[in-house]
Amino acid sequence: MIRRGDLNFSDKIFYWVLKSLAFGIIGLLVVLFILLLKMSWPIFSKIGLSFYFLNEWNPVTEEFGAMAFIYGTIATALLALVLSLPISLGSALLVTELANLHVRRVLGFLIEMLAAIPSIVYGLWGLFVVVPFLRTDVQPFLGDYLGFLPLFKGPPIGVGLMAGGIVLAIMITPTIATICREIFLTIPKVYKEGALALGATRWEMIQLSVIRSSLSGILGASILGLARALGETMAVTMVIGNRAQISSSLFSPAQTMASLLANEYAEASSEIHMASLTAIGFGLLLVSLIVNSLARIIIWRVGRIYRRSK
Amino acid sequence: MNLDNVMSVHDFKRKVKNYFMIGLICLSALVAIFPLISVFVFVLQKGLPSLSWDFFTQLPAPVGETGGGMAQSILGSFYLIAVASLIGVPWGIASAIYITEYGYGKTVFLLRFSNDLLMGVPSIVMGLFVYSFVVAPMKGFSWLAGSLALGLIMIPIVSRSTEEILKTVPSHIREAGLALGIPRYKVILHIILKGSWGAILTGIILSVARISGETAPLLFTAFNNQYWSHSLTQPVSSLPVQIYTYAISPFEEWQAQAWSGALVLILFIFVINIAVRLLFHKK
Repeated sequence: MIRRGDLNFSDKIFYWVLKSLAFGIIGLLVVLFILLLKMSWPIFSKIGLSFYFLNEWNPVTEEFGAMAFIYGTIATALLALVLSLPISLGSALLVTELANLHVRRVLGFLIEMLAAIPSIVYGLWGLFVVVPFLRTDVQPFLGDYLGFLPLFKGPPIGVGLMAGGIVLAIMITPTIATICREIFLTIPKVYKEGALALGATRWEMIQLSVIRSSLSGILGASILGLARALGETMAVTMVIGNRAQISSSLFSPAQTMASLLANEYAEASSEIHMASLTAIGFGLLLVSLIVNSLARIIIWRVGRIYRRSK
Repeated sequence: MNLDNVMSVHDFKRKVKNYFMIGLICLSALVAIFPLISVFVFVLQKGLPSLSWDFFTQLPAPVGETGGGMAQSILGSFYLIAVASLIGVPWGIASAIYITEYGYGKTVFLLRFSNDLLMGVPSIVMGLFVYSFVVAPMKGFSWLAGSLALGLIMIPIVSRSTEEILKTVPSHIREAGLALGIPRYKVILHIILKGSWGAILTGIILSVARISGETAPLLFTAFNNQYWSHSLTQPVSSLPVQIYTYAISPFEEWQAQAWSGALVLILFIFVINIAVRLLFHKK
């Protein structure tokens, strides 16, 4: 590595241009953070952080609180994670532990295609295929047999938390499955061979050598999937029903932070309305920065442990 | 004898459990890819009937009239992607070169980490940022704002894929170039970049496919337009936003057009993905 030895003048210019652009990414994050905070300042100076804990959204009387949207965001994202995690784990296990090369390639390709479908297409499909199916088949069935649970109360209208959660689950499955696959591939082969040599069945080997030794990696992958679900906008906006309310039933329409922005931002009526919406975007940014850092650190540490042990 | 019996019952249970769990794993993979098939089938089935030559050449028809197309949206999407690439590609490549060629120690970690964070910023928040940064000061939605939002989303994607490729260039190639007395920037531009240009281009094309479906950041930056627009400072239509507008409209003709738009979008993305894979595997 030559660093001080770069005496050529063009070399210096080249170096500084590259350096400023590379560090410009950090600058971009800082500007993003400060500008959104500044734009949402009117609402923070009016009611402070209690903005995030009030359940009230009325642009006409100019009363704003984000609780209902935070609830909708967390509820759909958690539902998505619960639905997606077993499926993602299963697909990743099939690819790494059971399938032959041919199946592995095809399945890997299909999962990549699943990730390549844009959010808007999932939204269209969700609105015209999933929502009617939920309304006519799934929700009446659940209501009849499990209607005593608060989760499945209310009329089956299709749009709502359940539809949002299902569409999100499909969208985060490639993310979680891909990371799990990569983590499973870092597990040293001797762990698996050891388990099989001791007479474990294939499933016992998976349980003992693969899943148990990658628990923290799976946690990291789940958090990353959760981060993706929190910020996902279009597909959710189209199937969630867009109503600001907190209800324990998965059948009821709701609103997420991102879907509220998609619906109202272009038509914000007043300065304080605009500031409240930006404050929701600021909250979304903050959460995504925290959750992403957490996931990256966990995954990075997992990778480091196995690199050392090899 | 007794013990043997107990053992074989135990083993039998283990075997049954083994096959049951393997069955579940296979089933979960089927469940995972089922939506892909369903989306594809429905988009084809509902999008194909109203797809015609008019779709690519005509402006939208007023409500109630049949026919019309999304020509301005398709052109608008190309406009938006072209200018977004002018922002995202050089910036992403520059950051990747800095990280792999000049970075060392903690700087590399810091830059990679912020790159990951930028990738994790929800695209709607990026739209919000560009709104505050460009649309509000300029007092209007514009092509420029839409491209900026898409370009910023492109930076970390391009940077990551380029970095992965530059990492695989062996260091003796750099050393050979430098030993000939070639200035470092020429070694990087003419030897390292040129040598792996095909692979870097693959990453760029995939990032274009990725942003071509982005809707959320365009809603309040580029907005939408039912007419031709060729000005950087005017609102411009895009295929995803037009699909959204039509999908949530109450008119059946418009909903049918939304499906056709989705078909065009998905074919564009799949063709790029498959073509890039075929070309890349041949090498």
